[in-house]
Amino acid sequence: MKLKRRLMGGSVIGVSTAATLLIIGVMMWMTASIVVGGRETLTWEFLTTAPREGMTAGGILPAIVGTVLLVLLMSLAGVPAGAITALYLSEYASSRSILARLIRFAVNTLAGVPSIVFGLFGLGFFVQFVGTGMDNLFGGVTLKWAQPNVLWASLTMALLTLPVVIVSVEESIKNVPAELRAASLALGATKWQTIWKIVIPNSMNGIFTGTILAVSRGAGEVAPILFTGAAYFLPQLPDSFSSQFMHLGYHVYIMSTQSTNVDATKGIQYATTLVLLMLTFALNLSAIVLRSRMRARQIQ
Amino acid sequence: MTQNDAKIVTRNLNLHYGDKQALKNISMSIPPNKVTAFIGPSGCGKSTYLRSLNRMNDLIDGVKIEGDVLIDDVNIYEKSVDVVELRKRVGMIFQKSNPFPKSIYDNVAYGPRINGVREKSRLDEIVERSLKRAALWNEVKDDLKKSGLALSGGQQQRLCIARALAVDPEILLMDEPASALDPLATAKIEELIYELKSKYTIVIVTHNMQQAARVSDFTAFFYLGELIELDETRKMFTTPEKKQTEEYITGRFG
Repeated sequence: MKLKRRLMGGSVIGVSTAATLLIIGVMMWMTASIVVGGRETLTWEFLTTAPREGMTAGGILPAIVGTVLLVLLMSLAGVPAGAITALYLSEYASSRSILARLIRFAVNTLAGVPSIVFGLFGLGFFVQFVGTGMDNLFGGVTLKWAQPNVLWASLTMALLTLPVVIVSVEESIKNVPAELRAASLALGATKWQTIWKIVIPNSMNGIFTGTILAVSRGAGEVAPILFTGAAYFLPQLPDSFSSQFMHLGYHVYIMSTQSTNVDATKGIQYATTLVLLMLTFALNLSAIVLRSRMRARQIQ
Repeated sequence: MTQNDAKIVTRNLNLHYGDKQALKNISMSIPPNKVTAFIGPSGCGKSTYLRSLNRMNDLIDGVKIEGDVLIDDVNIYEKSVDVVELRKRVGMIFQKSNPFPKSIYDNVAYGPRINGVREKSRLDEIVERSLKRAALWNEVKDDLKKSGLALSGGQQQRLCIARALAVDPEILLMDEPASALDPLATAKIEELIYELKSKYTIVIVTHNMQQAARVSDFTAFFYLGELIELDETRKMFTTPEKKQTEEYITGRFG
């Protein structure tokens, strides 16, 4: 009996250790092969110049700038909208309200929609519907807004990341202790004063977590921007909302499938992937640092 | 005591949580500038009744309240009564001390600030006065910037009392304010309650019979949602009229 139990315990530990090691191993192997493959191409020049010679030489500056810009605009649009929705759901809507249930249903559905569908939606809604509308409104004869650009791509991406933001912000709003709300209300604070002074400051962590998750998801996604703003090759940097832009993820895809000489660009592919990884990591890291600073300030 | 001298008069108060009746036809008067203690076994309705005096029960889904609660002869369940104003007049101290994750100063200044007090000197003055009244000033005056959460349990509870005093209430409701504290911190809170009653009408819920006997002038015994008996504390603890009260006080049930 004792032996059996010990065997069971041992095998559970063994299997879980093996699974953990496997995951760590795969990750390290992936990272290592990317670093090894891209190490030589990754120079200062690579980071600061545009692609040359049919994208077989030169750097990836426009793709870096485009990716950062996309992520920033996406967060700017998606995080406040998501946070406000979460606030409505958790603070104002009663759990039985039809509107709240509808929103929750929409959020869950949105979370399960494949990213390429977001791309098609962005093309149909933002580019063709809103863009054409804006062009007509401003009376322009030329096509300005009714074509893919960084604004439409960012908004499409914001939609994609909305469920992540809503869920994580709502979760953290719910985690604000009921005693703190009660204390505030018992002092004669109105509901809004309580939300503004107690609930929101104490859920900043969640808002940041939501942003981090959204950024991580958004920076790596390519499908939604295929039709809504990403450019195949565009050496100059985007200078307005109506500019198209290059994107690191899309650039990797182009290099590995559309290039005239795939083998010649291998170094560029690896290095671009490495930059994308580092960029995502840096964005995450800065959000984490900000978050822990905020937490430290709250507690001391 | 006649109804006319009372600070709080309750008439035929019934409260339901969904199908469950938590308060049954409560009628009682609470005198001004005295400490009134509510005792009774868990679930007897004493906390629920306390929370209906500043309408904190309004926050719970599915609560139905009937009857009148008059504070200074005004029914607080009247439609025209502003709950926010009511809660400024009726402060509350909770069982678990709940300072905001802010500095000591900001905790106490929270109430005045939401009332629109901006002036630094005025806020300083309120914070100092409130902390002094809550007998905490001497312990914290040198680091008002420290987080309220860094204080000990007893200090946190006194901070919460200071925070409640800062909005200048007339009534203080205390929901087992010392139940999570050690005997020394409890003694400090009880001492404080004794000092505060000259300025405030205090209602305290307690599980601790000795505490009720020590701090209160009047005691009300609740059982199964009903008010069984209300009388001067001295009399309640020596010669209660109802058999249930006697049994509870002598520890035969509850």
